[in-house]
Amino acid sequence: MSRTADLVIVGAGPAGMAAAVTARRHQLDVLVVDEQAAPGGQIWRDVEAVSCKPQAAFLGNAYHEGLAAVGRFRASGATYEPNTKVWQVEAGPRAFLTRDGAASSVKARSMLLATGAQERPVPFPGWTLPGVMTVGAAQIMLKTSGQVPVEPVWIAANGPLALLYAAQLLKMGGRIAGFLDTTPAIDVSATIPKLAAAAFAAPGDLLKGLGWIVNLRRHVPYIRHVARIEAFGTDRLERFRYETASGVAATVDAHLLLVHEGVVPSIHPTLSLGCVHNWLGGQDCFAPALDAWGETSEAGIFVAGDGGGIGGAAVASLRGEIAGLRIAARAGRISAVEAQAAAQPIRSRLKRALTARSFLDAFYRPRASIFVPADETIACRCEEVSVASIRAQAAIGRPGPNQIKASTRAGMGPCQGRQCSYTIASVLADAEGRQVPDIGLYRVRPPLKPLTLDELASLDDVGCPT
Amino acid sequence: MFRKLHDPEAEAVTVYIDGVPALAEANESAAAVLMRQGSPWARRTPVSNARRAPYCMMGVCFDCVATVDGVASVQTCLAPVHDGMRIDRQIGRRSVTP
Amino acid sequence: MPDVSEAAIDTIVIGGGLHGLSASLHLARAGRRVVVLERSWVGRHASSSSAAGVRTLNRDLAELPISLESQDMWHNIEAIVGSDCGFRAYGQVNVAEHPKHVAVLEKRLALTRAAGYTHEELIDRAELTRLIPAISSHCVAALIVRTDGAADPHLTLRAFRRSAESAGVTIHEGYGVTAIERVGSDWQVHADGRSFVAPTVVNAAGAWAGDIAAMLGDDIPLGHKASMMIVTERIAPLLKPVVSVVGRPLSFKQSDQGTLVIGGGLQGSADIQAQKSFVDFSELAKGARAATDLFPSVGPLRIVRTWAGMEGKTDDHLPVVGPSPTASGVYHAFGFSGHGFQLVPVVGAILADLIVHGGTNRCIEALSADRLMARRPAA
Repeated sequence: MSRTADLVIVGAGPAGMAAAVTARRHQLDVLVVDEQAAPGGQIWRDVEAVSCKPQAAFLGNAYHEGLAAVGRFRASGATYEPNTKVWQVEAGPRAFLTRDGAASSVKARSMLLATGAQERPVPFPGWTLPGVMTVGAAQIMLKTSGQVPVEPVWIAANGPLALLYAAQLLKMGGRIAGFLDTTPAIDVSATIPKLAAAAFAAPGDLLKGLGWIVNLRRHVPYIRHVARIEAFGTDRLERFRYETASGVAATVDAHLLLVHEGVVPSIHPTLSLGCVHNWLGGQDCFAPALDAWGETSEAGIFVAGDGGGIGGAAVASLRGEIAGLRIAARAGRISAVEAQAAAQPIRSRLKRALTARSFLDAFYRPRASIFVPADETIACRCEEVSVASIRAQAAIGRPGPNQIKASTRAGMGPCQGRQCSYTIASVLADAEGRQVPDIGLYRVRPPLKPLTLDELASLDDVGCPT
Repeated sequence: MFRKLHDPEAEAVTVYIDGVPALAEANESAAAVLMRQGSPWARRTPVSNARRAPYCMMGVCFDCVATVDGVASVQTCLAPVHDGMRIDRQIGRRSVTP
Repeated sequence: MPDVSEAAIDTIVIGGGLHGLSASLHLARAGRRVVVLERSWVGRHASSSSAAGVRTLNRDLAELPISLESQDMWHNIEAIVGSDCGFRAYGQVNVAEHPKHVAVLEKRLALTRAAGYTHEELIDRAELTRLIPAISSHCVAALIVRTDGAADPHLTLRAFRRSAESAGVTIHEGYGVTAIERVGSDWQVHADGRSFVAPTVVNAAGAWAGDIAAMLGDDIPLGHKASMMIVTERIAPLLKPVVSVVGRPLSFKQSDQGTLVIGGGLQGSADIQAQKSFVDFSELAKGARAATDLFPSVGPLRIVRTWAGMEGKTDDHLPVVGPSPTASGVYHAFGFSGHGFQLVPVVGAILADLIVHGGTNRCIEALSADRLMARRPAA
């Protein structure tokens, strides 16, 4: 089956929903597809159902803002298809989807990829053991299942998400065995201008963050500058060892260790499209090159939200609106001048929202060992390829990621490199004396999401009109 | 490893993990239910037979895959539970031998 | 200017795919000093995107003699390159789904028997089911070569590369050929700012070999293929032979890792000059349909990745193997049209024959460049 739309939006998080509302305001025919069962994205995951549950009381105002955003989206008149996987995107633009076991394609005048972010992989020896999870994973369980760790939990992390989770957890009656702050010691003076700007732009957010830290340090053991972690156990986490930058080390018994080192844009769709990407040095990640409206180097293909560079929910919503205006102009529903005028106030708000971000980026840089982990670390979780075997291959010639993939199978598993591509690039850069932006990431092979042979065969049922 | 803070009450359903009944709340993810069990893991890898548990909970890592209602390699973090759901841990390579 | 720091070179091999590596290996073992010039990296295109079928079944009679010799080499591959290359001789099977397709198999069998070959064999449904229990019961018969099979393309690349290098071959990766000139009786090959001089050149440049031939003075029409492949998640052992089917695009096998590798020559698209290829999913759906028709139990399996590999294709789907009809010291090996993997060991030996001995006893008359050039309409 093949359909058409003025705009197809991939992802019903803050950016996707805001773009849909804007485009609908200008009467575009909008289709929004999303992998999840309900709108909200990761930040407002399942917010409609959760808002009626006991845990809602502890999730804070930011979460409840999501309910209003979902309400506006629901009322916008956009066609919304949940439980839908987008497994291929092509220039044209065209998207291939599966829903309820059947594949189909949608040809659109414009496509907006609002696929958000994923947590940065945190490889260290033992990170594949059951009992090692991400903070984001624990927070999703807190939001959607209202569940907390049974035992006092260890958190080894860097960045605001972990502080937020810790604050929520304590409020909800959970216990924390210790918070290992993995933020490296930085030159504080360098961040002061950014801090001042952030305090001016978003004083409330900054105070809230400081409040979390103060509260945390009052209630739980708080160890700073943790530089190395190693987890041990047979079949599950039994204990782990940590070491600070100054060499203070300890081994503790634990069944659960939550880790987090910030988030990175989900760029598989734009990589597979062959869009131009830039290296964002401040965020240690790649992101698609975007114009002021969020359009990629592929005409008619837009990115809004964290998939274009990490900014958080407020930034994502604003970028969604801006993209929606340009897309309405492309469809001829408003003039370029009208779009520009309508975008002006949104851009001002965006600028303020981004100011706070650059302080967070400067302050919460991941520690070096995340990028180039110890030899015995599993780099590729799917194919179980160690850092040592990547290094061994790097010693033969000057291979890039695609050659490493062919020779070690790293990146060939079901996650398609989402958990190892940065590790491979960093290990190669380190071994070959090059820079990560020069090494690059694996070539992305479709499908972007799991697709069964039956589902693909279903595309052949009635042929696919072009 | 995890515990629920509230009683699902009217939303309570029963799922079967490797045949053993477990309490769950309608529409929470199968992976979240797995993480409340005494033995919280989802699969053994096809490569080294190592145990894996849900890691990212948002559809990225594929470590939470299990057989759900007879369908193998399902990402349990994206699978909402319903009453009577069967969740079977996936051991190594799945088999399609007729 | 020629690189004076280089030791003298006997042969420049253009293209670091499997055919270039095999030629360089055989030449080096015959005592020749060989340099391989590879534009990107060894095995970048067809060699690593190959389904790595080691198949004599249904080969064109014109290339069957060398294919059969190559098959003997595959069965002895560890002695040649120090690795089994993941070669498993579990057979290649061409299945008939309908009684009317049995006639196609019988005709083929009659053809090879008449030519004196006995390697192919017709089997009935009982034997087919015994060999491949997972195959759908509607399949009625099959043609089989029991000693055929498949290898692992990456292991094969690694083995040929390692053997070539230990035989003394120098491989330059990241050296794309930009111009070739005649200098006296030598060829001067310019590649990314350097130049290499040798009396003989091997053109093994795959989908780009037509361009290289043109630089050497040969106008040989060359098309291209962008054959698509599907790889699934790893599964428990399902089948051993490689299966194809009469009248449908399918090649179906299970790798050592347990993944199913599904191809069959379905075409995606390619921008050859940009070295980019694209999967056409509405086309690939036909392959998924054929796979699930023949093996109904695999339908729920997850596809992990797909791709389209770029490869040269001639008008008659036979490769060009042999000396240039016009330029002395030039030898071609390209245009394998999607079935060159199995020929890798023997074609390298043929090129070494031609270059070292000035001729070969192997049967390559039908593979000459002449046949393609002659068909060009007169200007």
